[in-house]
Amino acid sequence: MLDQVARTAQETRSHVWPSDGVSRVPFWIFQDRDIYAAEQQRIFRGPSWNYLCLAVEVKNIGDFVTTFVGDTPVIVTRDTDGELYAFENRCAHRGALIALESRGNTKDFTCVYHAWSYDRQGNLKGVAFKDGIKGKGGMPASFCMEQHNPRKLRLAEAFGIVFGSFSNDVPPLEEHLGEEIYSRIGRVMGGRTPVVLGRYTQALPNNWKLYMENVKDSYHASILHLFFTTFELNRLSQTGGIIVDPTGGHHISFSAIDTEAANNNEYAEQNIRSDSEFKLADPSLLQSFKEFPDNVTLQILSTFPTFILQQIQNAIAVRQIVPRSTDRTDLYWTLLGFAEDTPEQRLIRLKQANLVGPAGYISMEDGCVGGFVQRGIAGAGGEQAVIEMGGAGTESSESRVTEASVRGFWKAYRAQMGL
Amino acid sequence: MSDVANLINHVQNAYARCIDSGNLEGWPEFFEENCIYKITTADNYAQGLEAGIIFANSRGMLLDRVASLREANIYERHVYRHFLGQPWIVSEDASEARSETSFFVARIMRDGTTDVYATGRYIDVYRLNGGSPKLRERIVVCDSSRFDTLLALPL
Repeated sequence: MLDQVARTAQETRSHVWPSDGVSRVPFWIFQDRDIYAAEQQRIFRGPSWNYLCLAVEVKNIGDFVTTFVGDTPVIVTRDTDGELYAFENRCAHRGALIALESRGNTKDFTCVYHAWSYDRQGNLKGVAFKDGIKGKGGMPASFCMEQHNPRKLRLAEAFGIVFGSFSNDVPPLEEHLGEEIYSRIGRVMGGRTPVVLGRYTQALPNNWKLYMENVKDSYHASILHLFFTTFELNRLSQTGGIIVDPTGGHHISFSAIDTEAANNNEYAEQNIRSDSEFKLADPSLLQSFKEFPDNVTLQILSTFPTFILQQIQNAIAVRQIVPRSTDRTDLYWTLLGFAEDTPEQRLIRLKQANLVGPAGYISMEDGCVGGFVQRGIAGAGGEQAVIEMGGAGTESSESRVTEASVRGFWKAYRAQMGL
Repeated sequence: MSDVANLINHVQNAYARCIDSGNLEGWPEFFEENCIYKITTADNYAQGLEAGIIFANSRGMLLDRVASLREANIYERHVYRHFLGQPWIVSEDASEARSETSFFVARIMRDGTTDVYATGRYIDVYRLNGGSPKLRERIVVCDSSRFDTLLALPL
């Protein structure tokens, strides 16, 4: 017993990955402040494409939103040329936030602290009292505004979803995501006009990676989320599978209707609580409309590091993970409909929105389970998670009884972090 | 205070007592069969965005919410303590009253951690039913858009 504790103490905070593979994940990765800081630099401000907003949220000239890349605050605006621009929400002078509101429309941006002002492309255009007053004070003649801008981001869109990168090295978005992922964003978003139905933020008591692991974890879905299984919305024995891109960082988990699989008894054999007598008093919650040419009823798509596009029946949403500290994360939800929706379809979306979010019948548990891990590992920084369901690989699979996409996340993570 | 305000005040005290004492099964009884219950944020409400944290348009959906909390959903044991302001009567006639009431809800976790979980206002339509008011519509407008961890128990 004492040997066990001594062994783990030595490994704690060594910052050396415990093995060659990704079937073991050290718990210090969720606890260490140096790791958190390195992630901000190497992942979020490094060669990655980060979700910023929806193009429809910055539709008109002058529209802006404030968002985050990792924990770095960012402004996205549409300028007179109709193009989108994004730059750090940080005044080049003393570092204060430039824009305080979540969204709005503006001609330019002025920092409230000393009234340094910026155009909609993030260029410093004005410095209050730059030439002093009556020949006294002011900035030195050598001060050049062009050399003092907040850092700018590269932008790219995929079917109306706006991504940004601080890196010049990351490949173009479409290439970065790969055809399998890119086309399935298009499956949900392409050829129609998204409408924001609502927004909310879920404050998660855990490290951001624990939420992303959860998103990619097709193994837990029908075990932790009993609402799903009770109503046969989703069973591992439905047809479906997971797709993991070659980098490991992007994934899709999907399931489709397969009536032939309805009468198997694999669940009863596993002693999992899923065959209760529970019946809905108002089953209209689960009535859906056919939205896609295929039979896919669930498609959870994630891109590295922190973006999720969700289709659960007709509940469509984007989720943005924003890390706040080693053990605090904000999850920004944007629920979507489409301009083409009929009133009946819109009502179905509103009802099915009950499935997701902080009060979601099937996603409520995702809000707390990361906290259970964060608290559970408090004294176990040198111990490791076992992520071996379905082997040690990160390949796509027809089975969802696998943790391949979780391992994929760690594969991409290790590569980008140099761990 | 008017008779209607007294009636609504009374029934809202019962509503808070029902949830806070853990009697979730009694909660749907405060609503008409055909009803709207929605939890949303002040931002969504101000911008006219329709979707909520919870949306129900029948008492059946409220029964289902309770059944799911009891049978299916997994969350750490906790209770609420509601503090309600006096109802502000927006309008009333013989059969119906519209009112707004501020609420403050503390959440007490299993380990004793006590936090301000939500503040906001109920925007209500009551059917008066000859002295036994029931909710035809309750829009729970939370002041904040942030929800800590999860929202299981109704507000």
